[in-house]
Amino acid sequence: MKALRHEAEALNKTGVTIREADPGDAVAGVPPRWVALPETTEEVAALMRVSAEHDLAVVPVGGGTKLHWGGPPERCDLLIDTCCLNEVLEHATGDLIVRTQAGVTMDTLAETLGGGGQELALDVPLDGATVGGTIATATAGPRRFRYGAPRDLLIGITVVLADGTVARSGGKVVKNVAGYDLGKLFSGSYGTLGIITEAIFRLHPVPLDRRWITVELPVSGPAASGGARSFPGGLETLVAGLAASQAEPSAVELDWPDVRGGATVAALVEGTAAQGRALAVQTLMGEHGTARITGEPPAWWTAPPGEDVLLELRIPPALAHAALRAIAARELPARVRGSVASTVLMIALPSDVGEPAFAEFVSGLRGDLGHLGGRLTVLAAPRELTLRVDRWGPASALPLMRRVKERFDPGRRLSPGRFVGGI
Amino acid sequence: MSTMTLQEPARRFEELLGHGAVITDPVRLRTYECDGLTHHRVMPGIVVLPESAEQIAAVVRVCNEYGLPFVARGAGTGLSGGALPRADGVLIVTSKMRRILSVDAANRRAVVEPGVTNLAITEAVRDLGYYYAPDPSSQQVCTIGGNVAENSGGAHCLKYGFTVNHVLALEIVTPDGDIVELSDGDPGYDLLGAFIGSEGTLGIATKVTVRLTRAPETVTTLLAAFKDIEQGGQAVSAVIGGGIVPAAIEMMDALAIEAAEAAVACAYPEGAGAVLIVELDGPAEEVAHQFGEVTRICEESGAFELRIADDPAERAAIWRGRKSAFAAVGRISPAYIVQDGVVPRTTLPEVLASIDRLSREHGIRVANVFHAGDGNLHPLVLFDDAEPGAGERAEIVSGKILDLCIEHGGSITGEHGVGVDKSRYMSRMFSDEDLDTMQLVRCAFDPRALSNPGKIFPTPRLCGEVPGVRKGVHPLVESGQAEHF
Repeated sequence: MKALRHEAEALNKTGVTIREADPGDAVAGVPPRWVALPETTEEVAALMRVSAEHDLAVVPVGGGTKLHWGGPPERCDLLIDTCCLNEVLEHATGDLIVRTQAGVTMDTLAETLGGGGQELALDVPLDGATVGGTIATATAGPRRFRYGAPRDLLIGITVVLADGTVARSGGKVVKNVAGYDLGKLFSGSYGTLGIITEAIFRLHPVPLDRRWITVELPVSGPAASGGARSFPGGLETLVAGLAASQAEPSAVELDWPDVRGGATVAALVEGTAAQGRALAVQTLMGEHGTARITGEPPAWWTAPPGEDVLLELRIPPALAHAALRAIAARELPARVRGSVASTVLMIALPSDVGEPAFAEFVSGLRGDLGHLGGRLTVLAAPRELTLRVDRWGPASALPLMRRVKERFDPGRRLSPGRFVGGI
Repeated sequence: MSTMTLQEPARRFEELLGHGAVITDPVRLRTYECDGLTHHRVMPGIVVLPESAEQIAAVVRVCNEYGLPFVARGAGTGLSGGALPRADGVLIVTSKMRRILSVDAANRRAVVEPGVTNLAITEAVRDLGYYYAPDPSSQQVCTIGGNVAENSGGAHCLKYGFTVNHVLALEIVTPDGDIVELSDGDPGYDLLGAFIGSEGTLGIATKVTVRLTRAPETVTTLLAAFKDIEQGGQAVSAVIGGGIVPAAIEMMDALAIEAAEAAVACAYPEGAGAVLIVELDGPAEEVAHQFGEVTRICEESGAFELRIADDPAERAAIWRGRKSAFAAVGRISPAYIVQDGVVPRTTLPEVLASIDRLSREHGIRVANVFHAGDGNLHPLVLFDDAEPGAGERAEIVSGKILDLCIEHGGSITGEHGVGVDKSRYMSRMFSDEDLDTMQLVRCAFDPRALSNPGKIFPTPRLCGEVPGVRKGVHPLVESGQAEHF
């Protein structure tokens, strides 16, 4: 108790707002002891120095929208809530860049940038997500097909390391090869290397016009009665055609709500001539069904297909159909949605799927995908489902990753156990 | 390390690679003493010409045994001395590894060896309707392995991004001599992203999986002539401000035009104080609209002549002057230094005015060629190396230009890399903490600092023992018998 008081006093001495944690602050089921609310990079550095001195395990959190993603931390003393790092520091419209604190929500950022006719070309799958959380989990939505993931748009980053060191890399210009790109390393690092406090992104002008073109693909062939081999007709040809189309769609998305039934494919075109290009896409889709052009996205656009039990599948694009067939063959009520041309797909399973069925699904599908060069990771799943399952799956460079972690966080105090290989 | 002590490793390399693949003869070694930055020269201790990743891994393991530094080299076109050899070490040249291993249009990717030239990839896939997007000016000769090391860009990276945005996976030989795959599909840290642009300091790429980009429906190139650089700059701002992202937007000033005329007779409009090249590509309707906008903007900004190219021959004619610019200054100056600083685009007019002032103050001419869309300057600092003190004055002007870039929130290098040439400027751009943090990555990959040492960082970090409570991974985890979940 005495030690606890001592640690709390040390944290309070930083001058940062600290509160006792409550059950709602738990990270993937693990409750922290304190929550800190820093407002600046320097305050984060002060917290990290105290944490280093007292061997406190630290987990950063933004909007908390993906806090249940990744493994539960081995231990968690201090939750660093970035909600007060909430300032957009500089929007240089002429240079198409923005410098922002990490706790700014993606919505707020979009509002600020929209005022100048610009946008960060990243779709945000979850409302309330922050800049820092988006980078740390490397999330992107439909337009990853054209613009890539956070790593492709991030041009500068400020981080605080486990010992309180403040480090920056990159800068305010898009074209820059001076020094190592720490932004890449921190993208998708799940809070295990340091705390992201500021980011600089390259921006794009908001397109003058947007059109979504949607087609429904019913189950084809003799399996139309709903057998195990049922599959949306023409999916493979259509997606290949869209991906190679010179109408240059920014996104090609799939929504397959029930693997025994049909699917919807939707494409987005953006620009001054969006309507004309949409007509070209409509013609392509017309070979497979009745395609509709709308000025608004389908209701499911960008949203993940589920929440509690969520997996991510990556595979070379031409093999997407084979992966989808493999999912269907597992005969679980899976819902599949995502960027089918890119190919990053999310799979949701019902939260009552049960441990045996879940373990069999994950290991079986990994086996199927292994032959195809695909990867399956468990983004979110309650602990009881993952007793026999490695959430992340194999990574060939794991020994190198461990060495990186060892250099950045030798005491294993940053989100320990949350990441691949138990990092 | 003396020549004597290099004899034994050289013998080992001959055993591994065969006699013909190991060079120790001083006359032949001289071919490799510099890259494109010719005023830095070092005779390598040994040159090896491996043919496979396994051979490179074996060479690197021998280097580890003897504590020999090693440097990888592709075509040697780099402009920052990134492939400058070590007299006490081994130069690993990838010129024998030039196979395109597979082209997979359905998956929009190709797998190539590191010695394949940048342009060879596009040539191999053009008939399928695809191309490899990054296009450094040296693309006819520079290798993809070098592009990976430098994160090369090119004129079209304004719209399409850099090497790092177009490489999907790498097979690398680590500084320990292990062969490891880094893939964008793998879970875990983005080591692929960290490796690309690390200038050979984190290992050697031995296989590169590149993304292929669909050839656009339409390409239109426009050349606009202005009376001065201010008018051209105004046009650039208006184009970008108008929400247009051209495939490329390049500018040359009067002195650069003069050089290009002397070298390749590009016949740019007479009396132009600046020319702007704008390339638009994409869906035909989109390009047509943007073309109208760009034409209007150029005219309103004072363009006195516009030339339009719709076919490859006309396009090549417009680009000829721009692409020859570096070599062309040789026609108007006995010697020159090329810089590669970047500034936020909106500060271009101010920075160009300051460069002009520096030029006059020091009596050193500066020709300006630049990727205007992304603020990447390529000032060519001209001097006569026969004139006493001129080289020093050129160095001063060159350094002050980089200072200007840093002062305006830019970078000391946009695409040429830091190498040996600009490592001394790194401390002006980054704090000691920033550089030490970057070197944590270096220490993770290469704790003995054998892979291309002396590049990028002004002060190498001693990797030493890592402080901390818990050292290393649990032995059971390391041996694969247990996992943390």
